[in-house]
Amino acid sequence: MDKLLTISGSPHVHTDDSIRKIMFSVIYAMVPAMLVSVYFFGLDAIRIIAISVISCVVVEYLIQKYLINGGMTINDGSAIVTGVLLAFNVPSNLPTWIIIVGAIVSIGVAKMAFGGIGKNPFNPALVGRVFLLISFPVQMTSWPVPKPLFSNTVLDAVTGPTPLGILKEGLSAGKTVDELMAQMPGYLNELIGFQGGSLGEMSALALLLGAVFMFYKKVITWHIPVSYLLTAFVFTGILWLIDPSQYANPLFHLVTGGLIIGVFYMATDMVSTPMAPKGQIIFGIGCGVLTILIRLWGGYPEGVSFAILIMNAFAPLINTGFKPTRFGIIKPAKA
Amino acid sequence: MNNVILVAVISLSAIGATAAVILYFVAQKFKVIEDPRIDEVEELLPKANCGGCGYAGCRAFAEGIVKSGNLENFFCPVGGNAIMSQVAQIMGLVAEEKEPMIAVLRCNGSRANAPAKIEYDGPATCAFTHNLYSGESGCPYGCLGLGDCVVSCTFGALYIDKATGLPVVIGDKCTACGACVKACPRKIFELRNKGKKDRRIFVCCVNEEKGAPAKKNCEVACIGCGKCVKACAYDAITLKNNLAYIDFEKCKLCRKCVEECPTKSILELNFPPRKVKPAIVEETSNQSSPAEVTQ
Amino acid sequence: MLKTFKLGGVHPPENKISAEAAIETLPIPKRVYVMVTQHLGAPSVALVKKGDDVKTGQLIAKSSGFISANVHSPVTGKVFKVDDVMDQSGYRKPAIIIDAEEDSWVDGVDNSGDIIHAITLSRDQIIQRINEMGVVGLGGATFPTHVKMMIPDGKKAEYLIINGVECEPYLTSDHRLMIEKGEEILVGTSILMKALGVSKAMVGIENNKPDAIEKLTGLARNFKGISVHALKVKYPQGGEKQLIKALTGREVPSGKLPIETGCVVDNVGTAYAVYEAVQKNKPLIERVVTVTGKAAFKPSNFMVRIGTPINELVEMAGGLPENLGKVVGGGPMMGKALMSVEAPIVKGSSGILLMPVEESKRVDNKPCIRCARCVSVCPMGLEPYLLAQLSKNEIWERTETERVMDCIECGSCHYTCPAGKPLLDYIRLGKNKTGQIIRSRGKK
Repeated sequence: MDKLLTISGSPHVHTDDSIRKIMFSVIYAMVPAMLVSVYFFGLDAIRIIAISVISCVVVEYLIQKYLINGGMTINDGSAIVTGVLLAFNVPSNLPTWIIIVGAIVSIGVAKMAFGGIGKNPFNPALVGRVFLLISFPVQMTSWPVPKPLFSNTVLDAVTGPTPLGILKEGLSAGKTVDELMAQMPGYLNELIGFQGGSLGEMSALALLLGAVFMFYKKVITWHIPVSYLLTAFVFTGILWLIDPSQYANPLFHLVTGGLIIGVFYMATDMVSTPMAPKGQIIFGIGCGVLTILIRLWGGYPEGVSFAILIMNAFAPLINTGFKPTRFGIIKPAKA
Repeated sequence: MNNVILVAVISLSAIGATAAVILYFVAQKFKVIEDPRIDEVEELLPKANCGGCGYAGCRAFAEGIVKSGNLENFFCPVGGNAIMSQVAQIMGLVAEEKEPMIAVLRCNGSRANAPAKIEYDGPATCAFTHNLYSGESGCPYGCLGLGDCVVSCTFGALYIDKATGLPVVIGDKCTACGACVKACPRKIFELRNKGKKDRRIFVCCVNEEKGAPAKKNCEVACIGCGKCVKACAYDAITLKNNLAYIDFEKCKLCRKCVEECPTKSILELNFPPRKVKPAIVEETSNQSSPAEVTQ
Repeated sequence: MLKTFKLGGVHPPENKISAEAAIETLPIPKRVYVMVTQHLGAPSVALVKKGDDVKTGQLIAKSSGFISANVHSPVTGKVFKVDDVMDQSGYRKPAIIIDAEEDSWVDGVDNSGDIIHAITLSRDQIIQRINEMGVVGLGGATFPTHVKMMIPDGKKAEYLIINGVECEPYLTSDHRLMIEKGEEILVGTSILMKALGVSKAMVGIENNKPDAIEKLTGLARNFKGISVHALKVKYPQGGEKQLIKALTGREVPSGKLPIETGCVVDNVGTAYAVYEAVQKNKPLIERVVTVTGKAAFKPSNFMVRIGTPINELVEMAGGLPENLGKVVGGGPMMGKALMSVEAPIVKGSSGILLMPVEESKRVDNKPCIRCARCVSVCPMGLEPYLLAQLSKNEIWERTETERVMDCIECGSCHYTCPAGKPLLDYIRLGKNKTGQIIRSRGKK
């Protein structure tokens, strides 16, 4: 035998799982939502998603080749995931150059500047989205009216508000919730996607399908989504019970806006969230409270992005404070 | 309008002045009185904070000197004799001249001399592999070549030679701070005298196994035969646990042991090449002249 | 619902390809290399020297100290020499090398195949006999069994737990032993029960060995106080802390021994060795070793004399494969990669795993993506990513507070990491250094 034996520390077997597999599972989970967005927004959706993904990958490649001189990680698919998520967070009529700026900020600033994959304290797609929202508020909030493919309806308006936008403006104008609900597309439509909004916010159903796929592949666990949704539900539920004329009911809050995509795709980002199960539940609760606070009393109609980013900042503290359940801890006997 | 500006200026100035006065008095009250010599000594030091002196940083070294009042047990290997004499001047003492030292790798188990019998796959850290197995060559005392020493050197004086797989000490940069000595899990590094004209002789092996297993793993292992001990006219070499050791204080760099060693385990560094044999005629022997020997 | 432990655990592919292979007795080799120290604790002292004649079963190395064990000659013959030999640790250690002839046992050993049920020795005599016969834990840890039987003052043993779990993939030595020597194992269990002074014993077997479960459950009806339990297949069910948790629901407190929960855990192989020692007066000189792996020609289980070089077992299992990439002593999760196939079998060798070249290299090392899979699989509730990073950066104060000493080195974290990070390598380093620091603190 001329080839030498190998020696290494145990274990000598390894699971098939890899970063690439995890990232691609997430990408496949987002396919239903991508298809829905193409259905509603046509070529614009394809444009946005394609430009976003390509820009993210190119930015990561250029930075790793010329600036950092580290290993090349574009093969693991994380840049693609960021690209798709960023695309989901913007309206489909966004000019191309703005999306490219968003990609540069997401990958260049929020990810590579901190050291690349695994080192970013904030969710890169959300950082990009918030940056665009603050820098280009007009372009980022002129929501196009969704025009389903192959339909013959003639629309007189080109842009229109999102349900949350309608709610916030209407309430501050003095109308009650019931009056405003009449203007809404209705729950079923919101669930399926006939509502104004960014590319990814359209169909809660498509997003839930993807979430089920991710659960099946064990890419995400129940801790953050359940605690986040439950907190939002309970918080809005209590307020709605107190004054239904001022506060929309919890179901409305669940299906509108970016809550579903935020809960299952953004708040479950592995890098920027706590590691221990207890910590993840605290994280989810915090996100839920902040989201509803911003929606109801903040300056923006949608609070998911900011809530998640704020909780990302707390993740290291939560990690230190909430450790996993240890084996063999004797509880001190009560005197 | 003018009134508003005047009021603002006066009130802010008053606040500023009050704050300044308070700060001044507080600074005076909580001032730390320190021997000014500590600062002076610290100024002279290289400020590498490498710990080579055995103290926690250059400041601690300076404090230690000034507080104890003498220079015993205080030597900065990075600054060397030059710095120590300046420090001594401030303290009004005389600094003892110390021989400059250098880190020496006492292993020559390169890829050629100690061929690999197994391939290692895993993190490149010597500390871990030392616990895992004896090493790719099989020698349980030999250098693992994974570079814990390189990482520990804060002066950039070490690098792993790709051809031999062994670390190399860059003489000009080495300050003999001792970090590599501590980092090596097999204690292969030693701080030895740099030697006159940068010349030194040492046994390049730390293997304590008996001759047969040692030589099986590495061509240039010390087999503990003792020929060098006999050859040394200055009693500089001792044999213990099948391993020879040259005391650098006693070594006079005569190179006799290097010739005697059957496995070429003793290395001489920075010497001029030897004259080619026939051997130098010794005065005590009755040997005839070289020309006659060829008959 | 099968019993199991709650925290963590992974499911590596079982690959029990040698499960159907009945135990074959390996012919006695020409030369054996008996390591002088084959147990945890104080090293033994060799009693023989070059040229001595020895008989099978003769004492050739004596235990020295409280936690130590005797070593007996596995063959009859002449001592070739007492010298350092490369063993499974990757280092050369002292061994007694014997040239073997035909077996000639020492007096008093019962080599008949009859199963003796009656336990005539008293409790102290049993412990004494176990000590004399050099019985150590055959699960792999090789802790001297007689020391385990001596319960410290103030503690009480309630259960004896027999570990028939064999959770490591590939290994089947315990499985075959339970099927073929089930009754002897149960007699051994009764002996251990008497030695400990307990009336209840539980045998834990993983559910992937239905034949062994059936066999032992049937046999156990004739034994008082012994119950057989099927356990869910999950690695590392065989770890003693996890086994105690699954069978009794009790957790061994951090830093303490299982006796704190009133349980003592022994491997089925140890129970068999105890039977042989007490009922047959036979010292521990042989054990069942599995030769397996995707590269092995004929996965087999052998009854092997201690000291047999591994290449003899490989020869009997079809020979050294061309595509051999790695040889592992033990199972793939916790076994030690060997430097060569010439190392000898010791008391703790449960299996030899021959891995082909394509399975021998590790996956690429990528950055940690903080997915927390390592946290979710750790059976001790630790944070492997953190311990590995602290050990890499040599922050030893924090490794201690983060409970690195609780780690049982099962390898679940390393197995699961999608980034291929060498977690267990660094955690082992951390355990090593932290242990040194704690011990030096205690000495002051």
